Amino acid sequence: MAATLKLKLDYDQLTNCMRCGFCLPACPTFRETGVEAESPRGRIALMKAVADGILKPDQAFEDQMNHCLACRACEPACPADVKYGQLIEQARDAVEDHTESHRWWIRAIRKTAFKGVFPHQSRMRLLGKALKLYQGTRLKQWTQRSGVMKLFPEHLQQMERILPDASEDGVVARIGAEHKAKGGAAVAKVGLFRGCIMDVLFTETNVNTVKLLGEAGFDVVIPDVQNCCGALHAHSGEADDARELARRNIRAFRAAGVDYIATNAGGCGALLVEYDHLLQGDPEWREAAAWFAERVVDVSELLVRKGRPLAFESKEPARFTYQDSCHLRNVMKSSGAPRTLMNRVAGAEFCEMKEADRCCGSAGIYNVTQPEMSGRILEHKMEHAEATKAEYILTSNPGCLLQMKLGIEKHGDPGRMAAVHVVDFLYERLKRD
Amino acid sequence: MISEQAKQELAAVLGPDYVKDDPQTLVTHSYDGTPMLQSLPDAVVYPENTEQVSQTLKVLHKHRIPLVSRGSGTNLCGGTVPVQGGVVMVMHRMNRILEVDLENLTATVQPGLNTKQFITHVEELGLFYPPDPSSMAVSTIGGNIAECSGGLRGLKYGTTKDYVIGLEAVLANGDILRTGGKLMKDVAGYDLTKLLVGSEGTLAVITEATLKLIPPPKFKKTMIAMYKDLHGAARTVSKIIEARIIPATLEIMDNPTIRVVDDFAKLGLPRDMEAILLIEQDGDPAAVERDIERIESICRGESADRVEVAATPEEALKLMTARRSAFTALARLRPTTILEDATVPRSKIAEMVLEINRIAAKHNVQIATFGHAGDGNLHPTATTDARDQDEVHRVEAAFEEIFEAAIRLGGTITGEHGVGLVKAPFLEWKVGAAGMEMMRGIKQAFDPHNLLNPGKMFAKATRKRVVIDRG
Ligand SMILES: Cc1cc2nc3c(=O)[nH]c(=O)nc-3n(C[C@H](O)[C@H](O)[C@H](O)COP(=O)(O)OP(=O)(O)OC[C@H]3O[C@@H](n4cnc5c(N)ncnc54)[C@H](O)[C@@H]3O)c2cc1C
Ligand code: SF4
Ligand code: SF4
Repeated sequence: MAATLKLKLDYDQLTNCMRCGFCLPACPTFRETGVEAESPRGRIALMKAVADGILKPDQAFEDQMNHCLACRACEPACPADVKYGQLIEQARDAVEDHTESHRWWIRAIRKTAFKGVFPHQSRMRLLGKALKLYQGTRLKQWTQRSGVMKLFPEHLQQMERILPDASEDGVVARIGAEHKAKGGAAVAKVGLFRGCIMDVLFTETNVNTVKLLGEAGFDVVIPDVQNCCGALHAHSGEADDARELARRNIRAFRAAGVDYIATNAGGCGALLVEYDHLLQGDPEWREAAAWFAERVVDVSELLVRKGRPLAFESKEPARFTYQDSCHLRNVMKSSGAPRTLMNRVAGAEFCEMKEADRCCGSAGIYNVTQPEMSGRILEHKMEHAEATKAEYILTSNPGCLLQMKLGIEKHGDPGRMAAVHVVDFLYERLKRD
Repeated sequence: MISEQAKQELAAVLGPDYVKDDPQTLVTHSYDGTPMLQSLPDAVVYPENTEQVSQTLKVLHKHRIPLVSRGSGTNLCGGTVPVQGGVVMVMHRMNRILEVDLENLTATVQPGLNTKQFITHVEELGLFYPPDPSSMAVSTIGGNIAECSGGLRGLKYGTTKDYVIGLEAVLANGDILRTGGKLMKDVAGYDLTKLLVGSEGTLAVITEATLKLIPPPKFKKTMIAMYKDLHGAARTVSKIIEARIIPATLEIMDNPTIRVVDDFAKLGLPRDMEAILLIEQDGDPAAVERDIERIESICRGESADRVEVAATPEEALKLMTARRSAFTALARLRPTTILEDATVPRSKIAEMVLEINRIAAKHNVQIATFGHAGDGNLHPTATTDARDQDEVHRVEAAFEEIFEAAIRLGGTITGEHGVGLVKAPFLEWKVGAAGMEMMRGIKQAFDPHNLLNPGKMFAKATRKRVVIDRG
């Protein structure tokens, strides 16, 4: 594997790290453990040691690469602009080519999910249907009562409990693929990136995104041939699969001729804005990838920067707080826009929680693969959330949203506090005259 | 290598989880913030309290195993690279604020405490701890004490040594030493507190520190002055001090730095300027206004091209951004950034900057200079690529000449980063043969078997001073 790592790791980036340690305080895993190897500087040193032949890329190395949340909080903190996100993906990609170590259920989940389901929107829909059936029938009660779930690790059982109601029809089936702007000529034409999990578990959020964009003066199209962004693949070392998914998406949105590509999931958005990097080695796609990447923007950012101003109002006085999506904040560099919108809600009070900019521990499927670290991080997060006395925790990413729901279930008071996507929260409080 | 026996004894003292010698741990404690240095330790330990530190040192002493104490490894002199192997002791678990004494205005803390966390904590209590190394978001108080770190406020408020009034430290044989206390005056014997500050982990392991706190300034004001003539900027520095004004901050950036910063931060800095001074004064509002006015007129008198005084805190922040961006901008220029630390009397600043530029040109290397003009503490910073052996040699040769020039101008080889491994061959240039003899004697008294951070401060051989050739 050392050879593969040498091949895959960008030695320039490894050299760029000057070991100043500025990234240490930003890193959640370093903060939890205080151990140098669990820090960005430490992980880069390990990668470099492997590339230099000082260290054997053993099981411990592989585990350490997997311990990283890939939250990329280390990137904005770095004076030398080391592209840590690329390095960790390269390291995992190399590890993935060789690993024998995944536990059976992770292996099974990965294979089905990465190869069999995520790449195919129709199968995602089928999954939605199955999930809905399961959730809607007595089957769920039966599995819960019979103890079948007990066969699974405890954190998976908890995840199962907080999963929202799935839908078999996505946003397009619900409201159609083309939507005209409200209130006069359109400001711009937006393509909605609907996401895969997003469209099955949070169809309503996608619907609300379209409606909010329409209210703000955008024409919206939802190219139906788009598919999963490939983030889970890319972050877990399946780069080839991610690239194939990227090409298909680029083709879909180019055909639609849009000015912007709006996302409402920070995790997807972060990969979408880096499609140009993902397809770097592919000269045929360079120009198309750049076209795509420069158009990707988070829905909040789009509303604030380009949309006609919207007013929001809350019927009851409410307090709410916001958990940044790491990828939205650290990669798409958007933290102001969602807050600007939230502060516009008349009659409700936005209350910043301490360390809102820190990862919640969801990190893709990290909370499934690394339940212990994820749980520790979540615990701190919930302490800060509770301290705001807010009734709502808002987020901009489905993974974070689920994690917040889990957090409320585990550490909070589900009767008093709810986790909601920013878009849904805002759409419900849109002031209509 | 350390024996199985020694390892077992360490595990008995610290608990098996806190003695590590797996390859991953060794690799991640083989470096610090200093470029191009790496050496693997034999083990890494993480003590929780003074007692464990003491017991650990007893074990190491018995087996004659070297020890390197480590905070966050941000030092720039190779101070925590375990060049002779042995054990690295990470102080991170000893990170508590033990007490803030509001009656005596002191704080007692453990060494692994993060500097920024400490500063934030005392500020929340309405108090002020001035030492503010640029690395404070990462560094530890123990590391600051061992390096006697300074920062942007050094000119007016002094450096770490001015705030350490008491220490607890563990000696090489495991004995526990206490020095000073919550006392503002204490002349009982030699000042061991001051001796340990800046001792770079070569005399003892610091396990607790009592620090002096002061009331915070009420008000501050920031300004920037730009010069086409480097000497004008330098004269301004001397004139300000001559006029008996001591600004809180007085920073300089030279032309190469200005260009890089402007490319990076897009602040619209004039690229044809030879130097920028960044000045901040704090204190009572009336006095601050008066000082800033006088400084402004001194700047103009020395033919500053432009002088801007910030009207609002936001504007002040923007001015400070230029200085704060210097390091980040330089770090992005080339893969390897070597930040050095030569210091001269403040009257020699212009001469030194010109010398640095001359030496850089002579060796065909890129060096930009910024730093604490008010202290005469300059940071010539080379941007290079560690993979280009030839260039790296030229950089090393250039720095050697720069240190030589600093000494010739009555300066020193390091103003705040310490000697460590990197400057050890040059130490004698500064302190002389008698100074070296004295320092070796002190080291011998504290650490007769040379177990604490061996290889640092005392080089095997002093570098021959280069003969300056003006060709
Ligand atoms: C980007 C950057 C900016 C910097 N800016 C400044 C600056 O403005 N001013 C400045 O002065 N320095 C600066 N430094 C240098 C460095 O950050 C300081 O020297 C800092 O004090 C080191 O703290 P640390 O906790 O990282 O210590 P380390 O680097 O871990 O250790 C430093 C030295 O202290 C010893 N040591 C650590 N803990 C103990 C202990 N408990 N007992 C005994 N010895 C101990 C070590 O053995 C070593 O010799 C900068 C460094 C970087 C990378
Ligand atoms: S902040 Fe950047 S350069 Fe510094 S140690 Fe971290 S990754 Fe390396
Ligand atoms: S990506 Fe996040 S968890 Fe990983 S090293 Fe960077 S800050 Fe730490």
